[in-house]
Amino acid sequence: MIELKSVAYSYGGDAILEGVSLSLAPGSFHFLTGPSGAGKSTVLRLCYMELVPTSGHLSVFGKRAGAMTRDEIAQARRRMGVVHQDCQFVDHLSVADNVALPLEVAGHDSGAQAGDLADLLAWVGLGARAQARPPELSGGERQRAALARAVIMSPEIVLADEPTGNVDWEMSLRLLQLLVELNRMGTSVLIATHDLALVRAAKAQVAARVLRIADRGVQLAGADL
Amino acid sequence: MLRADAGPGRVVPPSGFTARLTLLTAAAMAVLAVFALAASLAADRVADRWAEALARTATVRVAAPAGQLEAQVAAALEVLRTTPGVASARRLTQEEEQALLTPWLGPDLPLDALPVPALIEVIEAPGGIDAAGLSARLAGEAPGAVFDDHTRWRAPLVAAAARLRGLGFVALALIGAATAAMVALAAQSALAANARVIATLRLIGARDAWIARAFVRRFTLRAAAGALAGTAAGMATVGALPPGEVDGLLGDLGLRGKEWLWPLAIPPAAAVVAFAATRLAAFRVLRETR
Repeated sequence: MIELKSVAYSYGGDAILEGVSLSLAPGSFHFLTGPSGAGKSTVLRLCYMELVPTSGHLSVFGKRAGAMTRDEIAQARRRMGVVHQDCQFVDHLSVADNVALPLEVAGHDSGAQAGDLADLLAWVGLGARAQARPPELSGGERQRAALARAVIMSPEIVLADEPTGNVDWEMSLRLLQLLVELNRMGTSVLIATHDLALVRAAKAQVAARVLRIADRGVQLAGADL
Repeated sequence: MLRADAGPGRVVPPSGFTARLTLLTAAAMAVLAVFALAASLAADRVADRWAEALARTATVRVAAPAGQLEAQVAAALEVLRTTPGVASARRLTQEEEQALLTPWLGPDLPLDALPVPALIEVIEAPGGIDAAGLSARLAGEAPGAVFDDHTRWRAPLVAAAARLRGLGFVALALIGAATAAMVALAAQSALAANARVIATLRLIGARDAWIARAFVRRFTLRAAAGALAGTAAGMATVGALPPGEVDGLLGDLGLRGKEWLWPLAIPPAAAVVAFAATRLAAFRVLRETR
């Protein structure tokens, strides 16, 4: 699905990642851990092709990322759901409109799928906040709205960057539960997080592989996780 | 396309500095375009009138002592009657001479009491007149007659009118280019101000064409709306101009008859210019990021 082989990424002459190899298979559940600034977000941004590897091989849905046209990259992103660290929204549109935006962008009639949209908002607990504007939402509500938007196109993989970064423990568990449910329905999940307690909580529910970024590379985490 | 908040257009925030800038720019440029158009069309009319007059008419002026004037006029008319290239020749009546002199000397001119020369209007045949030969014959038969084929003063005026017409079209082209530049700058500014929205749209798989369409739709409609208001204001201003002398030297500087239809092309033209300028600017900016 997404494969990195000996990928390196440098910015301004500084090496951020070196020799990173990672394979995300269909239906898999991965955590990517490491301290802040280790390069977790960089790995995710490489996966959804916002960044281009300095060297190495990156393939997404069977195609070499470097050979993809801009339209092919956009098409590939429609098969992914991305939950960004700072939950970017179009602030003058309602929560419902923001969540439905991927449908509109892909040329689907979002009005015809209003029932599905309502179900999805209810699933993430935002049924009563559908007409609110994103700036009116709390941190946890924003994270849930971002998750709803990420999954509305039934993506093959969800890439979540610190999805529980701005919420309390109870809300973190609730968001994790949503991601675990998605994975059980066949969606691959990659979560970048520095919250090891969240990782331990997930491992109790799902067979997750835990990867750790250390010394600019990615390695399998120890048995303690 | 007609609803700014439909489809991709609604992802662009509905108001802001760039919206007002585009509206005002398009309106101001449309007013200038109406003025330039009116000036061009007026110059066109004047050039046509002068060119036509230059091609067809000439004058023989007969100045002689009172006792010889009628005889020299008759001699001049006879010379003209037998000159190849002269389609017709007739002496202007006293009323016509009075009308010609009224703008310069006033309406109550006592022509009988003034040594005003007699004027003979000559209409040329398509082949034209041998001016040198005719002048020589007039010098022999009517020494007080002078042949004036208008060339020496009409030709520079016609050339000037043609240049004025050309300048009007150059002004229209410059107005179009300035509008395109201003709209492109406003669009670039809007794209920069909405970098976060664009990043969000990219994240969910929006193609460049879809994102560009969101901005193009907005700017095209704003430019068309601004140009519509500007065109209306420009047409009202031109319509309020005091009427000129339709058959005078400069003619009417306003718009006449079907010419009033020409300014109606300005709003669609502004929309086309804004569409092209925004689209180019949007794709240039979007190509800079993944």
